[in-house]
Amino acid sequence: MNRILAKRQLAPEVVLLEVEAPRIQKRWKAGQFIIIRPLAESERIPLTIVDSSAERQSITMVIQAIGKTTREAVALEPGQALADLVGPLGEPATISSEQRVVCMAGGVGVAELLPVAKAFHDAGNHVTALCGARSDAYRILDEELRSAVDVLQWATDDGTYGFEGNVVQLLLSMAGPGTFSEGHVIGPIPMMKAAAAATRGWGLKLHASLNPVMIDGTGMCGGCRVTVGGEVKFACVDGPEFDAHLVDFDELARRNRAYREMEQEALRHQCRVGLSD
Amino acid sequence: MAALPPKYKPNPKAPRQALPLLNPEVRAKTPEEVALGFTPEQVGVEAQRCLQCAKPTCVYACPLHIDIKRFIARLADGDSQGAHDVISEQSPFPGVCGRVCQHELFCEDACIVAKKWDPVAIGSLERFAADHARLRMKELAGTYTQPTGKKVALVGSGPASLIAAYDLVRLNYRVTIFEALHKLGGVLAYGIPNFRLPREILHEEIARLQNMGVEFVVDFIVGKTATLDELFEDGYEAVFIGTGAGLPYLMGIPGENLVGVYTANEFLTRINLMEAFKFPSAPTPVRVGRHTVIVGGGNSAMDAARWAKRMGSETTILYRRGRAELKARLEEIEHAEEEGIRFVFLAAPVALHGDEHGNLKEIECIRMELGDPDESGRRSPVPVAGSEYRMPVDTVVAAIGQAPNPTLQRVTPQLITKRGKIVIDSSGQTSMPMVYAGGDVVRGGSTVILAMKDGRAAAQSIHMALSGAPAEAAVEEVEQ
Ligand SMILES: Cc1cc2nc3c(=O)[nH]c(=O)nc-3n(C[C@H](O)[C@H](O)[C@H](O)COP(=O)(O)OP(=O)(O)OC[C@H]3O[C@@H](n4cnc5c(N)ncnc54)[C@H](O)[C@@H]3O)c2cc1C
Ligand SMILES: Cc1cc2nc3c(=O)[nH]c(=O)nc-3n(C[C@H](O)[C@H](O)[C@H](O)COP(=O)(O)OP(=O)(O)OC[C@H]3O[C@@H](n4cnc5c(N)ncnc54)[C@H](O)[C@@H]3O)c2cc1C
Ligand code: SF4
Ligand code: SF4
Ligand code: FES
Repeated sequence: MNRILAKRQLAPEVVLLEVEAPRIQKRWKAGQFIIIRPLAESERIPLTIVDSSAERQSITMVIQAIGKTTREAVALEPGQALADLVGPLGEPATISSEQRVVCMAGGVGVAELLPVAKAFHDAGNHVTALCGARSDAYRILDEELRSAVDVLQWATDDGTYGFEGNVVQLLLSMAGPGTFSEGHVIGPIPMMKAAAAATRGWGLKLHASLNPVMIDGTGMCGGCRVTVGGEVKFACVDGPEFDAHLVDFDELARRNRAYREMEQEALRHQCRVGLSD
Repeated sequence: MAALPPKYKPNPKAPRQALPLLNPEVRAKTPEEVALGFTPEQVGVEAQRCLQCAKPTCVYACPLHIDIKRFIARLADGDSQGAHDVISEQSPFPGVCGRVCQHELFCEDACIVAKKWDPVAIGSLERFAADHARLRMKELAGTYTQPTGKKVALVGSGPASLIAAYDLVRLNYRVTIFEALHKLGGVLAYGIPNFRLPREILHEEIARLQNMGVEFVVDFIVGKTATLDELFEDGYEAVFIGTGAGLPYLMGIPGENLVGVYTANEFLTRINLMEAFKFPSAPTPVRVGRHTVIVGGGNSAMDAARWAKRMGSETTILYRRGRAELKARLEEIEHAEEEGIRFVFLAAPVALHGDEHGNLKEIECIRMELGDPDESGRRSPVPVAGSEYRMPVDTVVAAIGQAPNPTLQRVTPQLITKRGKIVIDSSGQTSMPMVYAGGDVVRGGSTVILAMKDGRAAAQSIHMALSGAPAEAAVEEVEQ
């Protein structure tokens, strides 16, 4: 169970894993996620389902190694298995039809965007994807996205590929009120916040896929709570997608920083344990 | 065992034996179990306090109808394995129930001895039998035959499903338990702390079911990983829903989402299930600051408070009613008091205040007075105008109750619910044929033993429906 069938390095620190998951493969929809524990002692972490294969009875995830658990995950090799894998979790993304849709993503969010962009395209929308990366070497899944959408544009922070700047600046350089009727944004919190701010008053329905800290992912702990339009929601069961124009991104950012120092301590501990082996 | 008297001479006048406890100062620094369990000498005395009644009211009062009288007689003979065998006729969980069952409301409340003296300490005797038969579990492992009958699926691995599995597997059904989390036991695993229920005890008692042929599937959310209909397509002929009440209520006050504010579920899940008390050796952290305030007065509140204390925090329980209205087990309240947890009664939080980084800094409370009785018959707290006050705090845990887990109900609209609770008929069946339910998902927050009672009743009904067997034992279960 949960066997890793394939592994591919997409960019520095970003790895794609294809994992055997017959049940999830059959049922998942774009926008849903899973929770994994790479090792039997690991923390539970949420990851977006990026793709699946009925033939190989598998799902695909793309992981950016930022802390202890994501590092444990990207260190696994084909043939090994994840200790735990549960899903599909959360509600599927809202996919309407016959709209002019803009899909925006930054960093590893580009991978998370792929299934949503595909679903929009398959539902008969005209889809523009605006994707961001630190520089050319960090761009991921270019080919897959290109074949899934109508228009793909890249923004890189250093201008080594495409537009020089971030995704929101790219959006502002090419669009305004009325250009798009629907949108989806996924990525770092400051980027999602900026995208929501930039498009306020555009008449654009913008969905943001949020990434709060989660534990169970089943609505049992309330750790993933976010404020949307003044109401408290549990992102793992009510989301992860919400109306970007109503999300309290500042609160989300503060809550996601809650364990920063402790996580760094965990990482140091891991390194020390690793050294003494 | 030589210390036990050879002959049985009832002596109810002997003082009820006090359960030896770890010293409170030691307790406040360790996750070790608080109650140490009776010594064989104490068992000798306590077992002889039982009158071996002709009509043992205790047995009727125990929702599992454990033959208390008979197992106590075995203990009085110094035969703890024999006692364990007697208990096993009804329950494979004496180690769990002997520790967490609210026996003061059931068997011990009905004990005849209580008419004149303190009741026989049935719970602690049950625990002794379990602890002293533990080493035998491995021996028992090889003695079971694999079941071959019809397939039954149980959803959730809490006490309701666990006892249903025990009953069904003994009737030769092929039983699968599906659990959403990566560990088994429901609240027993993620809610109740190690210091009340050591994990080895829980694991061993569950392992016994495994040895009997019960299949356990973790990381499987019925309603998400597969629907109820798909379970039937996979050949299961009946389903029991024991998904519990895990949806935490929020306080609904300003500042609830500040960093440092937890629901009891999140706090306890981080610590019990993910072992945050071992951080950084275990990877999941929890923020326990210098001052912790727990809001609420039930078992979750006591458990959260006692963990906070063990993790080095000055801990206060804030409860809007009085001490007499606390809903936790009496023993836990006393243990919390001994451990130096401060209780503030007749007060409730009205707001939480944070610093510029969104970290919790202060709790603002209002004093209450008791007004007229409410629908629960308890006098309801009324805020005293103008009595607000603030105190510094780093961690707040809201332990104010839970509603039924909604996941399965959300995707199964055919399941009739009332305020989130799954509605069942007198046989335990839901509005869907061959789908049964029990425990907290039906009752709202309840107790381990009532969840087990429901699981047992549903197992009987499932057996009747799948085999056409006569209704014997199930009949008396109908009164709740
Ligand atoms: C619904 C959902 C889907 C996700 N999908 C993906 C995905 O497809 N690929 C992927 O690489 N990541 C995804 N994430 C983020 C991923 O879960 C986190 O990166 C992971 O939990 C970090 O664990 P860690 O132990 O490696 O790092 P930690 O040591 O826990 O954290 C390292 C740093 O990251 C921050 N952090 C912690 N948790 C999160 C979080 N949930 N989101 C953002 N920052 C966080 C911490 O504050 C800390 O500064 C998703 C998150 C959610 C909620
Ligand atoms: C902190 C705390 C302390 C307590 N202390 C005591 C005590 O000392 N004594 C006492 O008698 N009672 C106590 N209780 C109450 C008692 O634990 C519960 O009444 C009892 O556990 C209910 O059992 P259950 O089988 O109905 O459900 P639970 O024990 O809640 O188990 C339900 C299980 O189902 C799983 N699940 C949920 N949805 C799904 C799904 N869709 N698919 C698969 N699995 C799913 C959950 O993950 C969970 O593991 C306490 C409760 C809490 C929260
Ligand atoms: S299960 Fe509970 S009620 Fe029954 S004998 Fe044991 S402690 Fe008493
Ligand atoms: S009611 Fe009390 S005295 Fe009578 S058999 Fe039960 S435990 Fe013994
Ligand atoms: S992660 Fe626990 S409720 Fe969402």
